[in-house]
Amino acid sequence: MTHLPWSAQFIHLAAAVLLLLSFAMLTQRRILSLLDLFATQGAVLAASTAIVAYSSGRAELYYSAALTFALKVLLLPYILHRLLRRLNVRWEAEPLLNVPTTLLVGLLLVIFAFALAQPISQLATTLTRSTLGIAIAVVMLSLLMMITRRKAVSQVVGFLALENGLFFAATSATYGMPMVVELGIALDVLVGVLILGVFFFQIREQFDSLDLRHLEALKEE
Amino acid sequence: MLAVPPLWLAIGAAGLLRPRSLRLSALWLFPLGAAAAFVLAAASLAELAEPAQSLVLPLGLPDLPFHLRLDPLARFFLFLLGAAAGGVSLFAAGYFRKGEGTAPGLLCLQYHVFLAGMAMVLLADDAYLFMVAWEVMALSSFFLVTTQHRIAAIRSAGFLYLLLAHLGAISILLCFGVLQGGGWQFTFDAMRQAHLATPWSSVAFGLAVLGFGAKAGLVPVHVWLPEAHPAAPSPVSALMSGVMLKTAVYGLLRVSLDLLPQPQWWWGLALLGLGLFGALFGVIFAAVQTDMKRLLAYSSIENLGIIFGGLGLVLLFAASGHPLMAALALSATLYHCLNHAFFKSLLFLATGAVLHATGERSLGKLGGLIHRMPWVAWLALIGTLAIAGLPPLNGFVSEWLLLQAFLFTPQLPQPFVNMLVPLGAAALVLSAALAAYVMVKFYGVIFLGQPREPALARAHDCGRLERIGLSWLAAGCIALGLLPVPMLALLDAVVRQLLGTGLGTLAPWWRLAPVAVERASYSPPLFLLVGGAVTLGAAWLVHRLYHGRVRRAAAWDCGFPLQNARMQDTAEGFGQPIRQIFEPYFRMQRELPAPDDPRPAYRVTVEDRFWGALYLPAAAAAQATARLVGKLQQGRIAVYLLYSFVTLLALLVFVL
Repeated sequence: MTHLPWSAQFIHLAAAVLLLLSFAMLTQRRILSLLDLFATQGAVLAASTAIVAYSSGRAELYYSAALTFALKVLLLPYILHRLLRRLNVRWEAEPLLNVPTTLLVGLLLVIFAFALAQPISQLATTLTRSTLGIAIAVVMLSLLMMITRRKAVSQVVGFLALENGLFFAATSATYGMPMVVELGIALDVLVGVLILGVFFFQIREQFDSLDLRHLEALKEE
Repeated sequence: MLAVPPLWLAIGAAGLLRPRSLRLSALWLFPLGAAAAFVLAAASLAELAEPAQSLVLPLGLPDLPFHLRLDPLARFFLFLLGAAAGGVSLFAAGYFRKGEGTAPGLLCLQYHVFLAGMAMVLLADDAYLFMVAWEVMALSSFFLVTTQHRIAAIRSAGFLYLLLAHLGAISILLCFGVLQGGGWQFTFDAMRQAHLATPWSSVAFGLAVLGFGAKAGLVPVHVWLPEAHPAAPSPVSALMSGVMLKTAVYGLLRVSLDLLPQPQWWWGLALLGLGLFGALFGVIFAAVQTDMKRLLAYSSIENLGIIFGGLGLVLLFAASGHPLMAALALSATLYHCLNHAFFKSLLFLATGAVLHATGERSLGKLGGLIHRMPWVAWLALIGTLAIAGLPPLNGFVSEWLLLQAFLFTPQLPQPFVNMLVPLGAAALVLSAALAAYVMVKFYGVIFLGQPREPALARAHDCGRLERIGLSWLAAGCIALGLLPVPMLALLDAVVRQLLGTGLGTLAPWWRLAPVAVERASYSPPLFLLVGGAVTLGAAWLVHRLYHGRVRRAAAWDCGFPLQNARMQDTAEGFGQPIRQIFEPYFRMQRELPAPDDPRPAYRVTVEDRFWGALYLPAAAAAQATARLVGKLQQGRIAVYLLYSFVTLLALLVFVL
């Protein structure tokens, strides 16, 4: 490992931090702290993208890093903070699975993700190929978080974290997606969050709560 | 001739210009549609024997244009369509008076789209256009059936029809899928070239029988007929029963004798058995019905059963190398299609006229209408005698011919089939005799005797256009009955196209002798002459002998003083012997009143055993499966997310 240039070492560090943050999000029950964790994840992602841009000399990755920073560290946490204040939600309800079990499942998923990534990363030629397993693990942990949470807001955060994982996978496997695709995804995420914000209000108006259990009554008997 | 379907579509669209205007559709559009139908019939008949013409339309999907083909088979069915639809349209012009639930303009559109759809089915020369036209026909007729969609029973009847129509359509689609034989060319020409292996051609034939049988009311996929026909307005019932069922016969003829290479003998035997069973089944159920349109619907099942039985005989003979007998059976079958189109349309229209005049469909509340509605009654009498198979009308000709085909059974290669075919003849005769019984009941209870309800005194005869429509169909029954030889000579072209051999010369025109004069012959004009002379002579004799010497006195009333119209034989009473004899056929529920009941009521409901044995289990199975699938749907977002997650994991494990 000592032969690696400092940029690669830094990217590995960022990947480890991302994974750690994902686990932290999985256990965090205060929604405000969850948002802070999400913002931190975004910052780490932006930093690692910038390093990749520097070390590979691809200018468009700088834009991508800047976009990530603006969207995921500033704009989305800001929107969600405002939403939370207006909706007055603070605590996540009791999750569907208790925290130790969730963590165990998460561990298994990480092992699975590494097993999955190994053949792919041997094929890849990029500097960052060894982080692919972590990217996949982040995606899966975010999905797990969406499954175990009850409040609509934390599911949205889970969805955004999933997008972070995908983005990281893209940068680590192929030096990022084409700019057009990336812009499109960024816009999609933004619009998605806005629409979901509207839904939050609708859900609360109907059920006086953001707990998704109330939506279970909406199926056909 | 090809201009008629677009013209019908244009007429239908014109109805939308002023959808609420009854004058527009009744005075202009329906008569115009009738005129187009007559033109179609005349042109088809005139060109019946011409060689086939093909045409590729610049319509359809890219690289998949519509193919049309006019051959003798298509022309014969177009003639049937035009001739029957002309009469029905004229009647409909007068019939849709008050606007039957749907606005008249909309009804006009649906009706003419239905006509155009049927014509396109007959013209289609590729599977793609055929299926499009077939669905147009099914959907437009569904909307026509549910004209009075505000009544829940009519909606459920319509649903049943739609369900079976789609079941049939899927089966036909699969049949075409098999017929293309791996060439992926869906024109009928390509299907003729595709040499299918015998197992596959048997599969295709089975699918065709199921698919076209569902449209034609072949037992056991017949259940929609007795529900949909009473629900539909009478001209629609007439068209569906008279013409639409024949498009299914056309389809089966096209597939089994034109597209499939070589018929197998056991196809014919299976179809013969199915058809004759359907004929008996239909006529027995018709005998116990108390709703006049249900009765006619079951009678349609019977007639289509006879037609399918005839087709089975054709296949049997054609496969065992007896082309002349096959030609005879095919002529008889086609003739019966034509006859049924005429007399069944006539009778359905007559029930429509009765329904409009009295507002009553139940036979138990009708009676004595011959005094109030002489036109309808006398014209319906012609239809009734024709469908009962009495000479010199048309029903006799086709049934007689078919019976000849049964009885002249040559030596078939399979000995047990040789023994079975005469049994088929017996079944045919039995169903023909029972049909006569049913028709006596139908006519007697509605038109003869005393009115069973006081309201019947206000019944009025039908209008002028309706009379013209009825008279046209009745005239068709008479003409087809009196002049079978010229008609059969025309049919020869169709038979030659399908089998390669025809019946040959049948001259002279007044005597029908299909095989040899020594064996059997029938001369309708002679029969009419002798029968008429005997009847007139007897009437004259009675008149001479008894004129002026008739004493009128009260009939002996068995010492029972009270007598009223309700003591006449009822429809239930008339059907009782049949109900008794064929009891195992039915699922019956009877309610007999208690002896001390001050308001006694007798009720008997007769149900189809197929409901309990086939349809309800199928419906229950479908529902159970749906409930099982419904278990997946928990309503919890977390569970739905879990599904995606597990799927993702499973796929990833798969690539690992």
